[in-house]
Amino acid sequence: MMTTRVLEWLGRLYIWLLLAFLYLPIVIMALMSFNVSPFYQLPFEWTTEWYASLWQNDQLISATWNSIEIAVITTLICTVLGSAASLALYRYDFRGKKVLQALLFPPIAIPWLITGTAMLIFFFGVGIGRGLFAILLGHVALALPYVIVVVSARLQTFAPELEEAARSLGANQWQVTSRVTLPWIMPGVIAGGLFAFAVSFDQFVVSYFLSTPGQTTLPVEIYAAIRKGFTPEINAVSTIIIVVSMALMLLTARFFKFGGEK
Amino acid sequence: MAGVQVSNVSRNFGAHKALDDVSIDFADGGFYALLGPSGSGKTTLLRQIAGFDFPDSGRISIGGESVERVPVEKRRIGMVFQNYALFPNMSVADNVAFGLSVRGEPKATIASEVQRALDLVQLGKLGGRRPHQLSGGQRQRVALARAIVTKPRVLLLDEPLGALDKALRVDMQIELKRIQREIGITTIFVTHDQEEALTMSDRIGILRDGRLVQEGPPEEIYDRPQSEFAATFLGDANIFRGDATGNGIKLPDGTEISAGAGAKLAAGAKASCAVRPERIQISTGTGRLESANANSLKGQVSKRIFAGNNSTYFVERAGQTLKVIVQNTGADRLAEGQPVMLSWSPESTVLIAAV
Repeated sequence: MMTTRVLEWLGRLYIWLLLAFLYLPIVIMALMSFNVSPFYQLPFEWTTEWYASLWQNDQLISATWNSIEIAVITTLICTVLGSAASLALYRYDFRGKKVLQALLFPPIAIPWLITGTAMLIFFFGVGIGRGLFAILLGHVALALPYVIVVVSARLQTFAPELEEAARSLGANQWQVTSRVTLPWIMPGVIAGGLFAFAVSFDQFVVSYFLSTPGQTTLPVEIYAAIRKGFTPEINAVSTIIIVVSMALMLLTARFFKFGGEK
Repeated sequence: MAGVQVSNVSRNFGAHKALDDVSIDFADGGFYALLGPSGSGKTTLLRQIAGFDFPDSGRISIGGESVERVPVEKRRIGMVFQNYALFPNMSVADNVAFGLSVRGEPKATIASEVQRALDLVQLGKLGGRRPHQLSGGQRQRVALARAIVTKPRVLLLDEPLGALDKALRVDMQIELKRIQREIGITTIFVTHDQEEALTMSDRIGILRDGRLVQEGPPEEIYDRPQSEFAATFLGDANIFRGDATGNGIKLPDGTEISAGAGAKLAAGAKASCAVRPERIQISTGTGRLESANANSLKGQVSKRIFAGNNSTYFVERAGQTLKVIVQNTGADRLAEGQPVMLSWSPESTVLIAAV
């Protein structure tokens, strides 16, 4: 009896320690973004001054818009291309299909530092160079495998007889896809899209390699700002990003849960 | 509505002959069962008729029109799948409406046709439900309503009752037959369940290893099987093997078995006789033989299985176990180990040429 209670208590302690380990630094940063002192001095005095000055920081604002724009366009391109690719891999057998599927995974595992270097060299070689367009291309290449993996996983739960049933009822290929297959894989498409957004929005390494001083994204801009000298504005912008990212991840989790249901 | 002609259809998957020169004429308005063990080609044949797959050679026509190269969506067929394949993201009514909707029928027409189809399968009030809220039998009915609402030329059923439990299956057999009669649609039904094939269809085609073994009305196939396979796959049969004597066979031990007057095989050739277990009379060797029962054998009861309305006796005879089914008439039952006399008429004996 005694040991059970002790184990239960230890288990609960472990959960709280784990959560503290994960979230304490973030919570402190978020709190400091509302603290008057720029040097983390206590006692805590409430202010929204840093958020206000963040609003005046044109460089950060423009980098934020760049990040959002690139993330949204990356998401759109990757969901469309990725879903189409998943459908093709699901429906058709063609030469080299196995090789192609196997080659989809390494980009997820290859360190971004190496991918970034390779892209920089390649983009210079083909004349694209650096800048927002290069960053967009890089992000699409990084995020595409994630979408294909997620949508393909969802397609594994799709019963192929459904497409056959639709065809037997007179539906053409487009009607079969739009009315039967797409509605079924939609949770996967949305989850894949959120992944693509996260990969792009949180991307630092590849963006750092491909950005130029005027054309940069938020993570790169934050890094540059920290090197120049730390200000609580960084805390403020980081807090905003964390709130947005966590909301996105919660949405993803929600769609993934729905993905498991029939 | 239309008949379906399958002529000399062959289909190979690699080295495997899934269909080997199959020809069947499915009459307009008939209820046809394709029966065979798994891997016999029955589903492959159904998919050729549906248009999911095309034959390597041979012709398929529906209502006189050649369709062997027409894809499924243009064949105007209705199909019920083994697991129903209802669209999970749509309501029952939307499932049924799908075929009309992709054809661009006006909304009002769709609504009334869907209601008619749902009424026909007695699900008139469940149009708003989702497939996962229905029982197996109800899903089956929705699948049927969805397949017939487009007024297809032919209805194809791929083991539609396989997923139902026994009691529900019998109900659905009756229901399916009623609906088929009501709309008079040519129906082709794939099953591996011989009882289902016997009770439901006007004609049965038995397939084995991609070939059509025998084809005809259930009674004809049951009473006059043309091969040992047909005899044993559709119903139970005792098979005796020996040498043909003209209108019967001689067993290795010299016993002669004679078949009906119509039977004729060149003497000396290998042949076999099939006898249904319920056609054999069993008696304690002392009883007088009925004069019509020209065929008789001695044996010994090795086992009896009592099933209420009848009993199955297993009788050992010259290294062979014979099966005899006796109706329960309340008469004395035979004990295991008892010597018995088996007898049956030549008319109950089917002579089969060895392949």
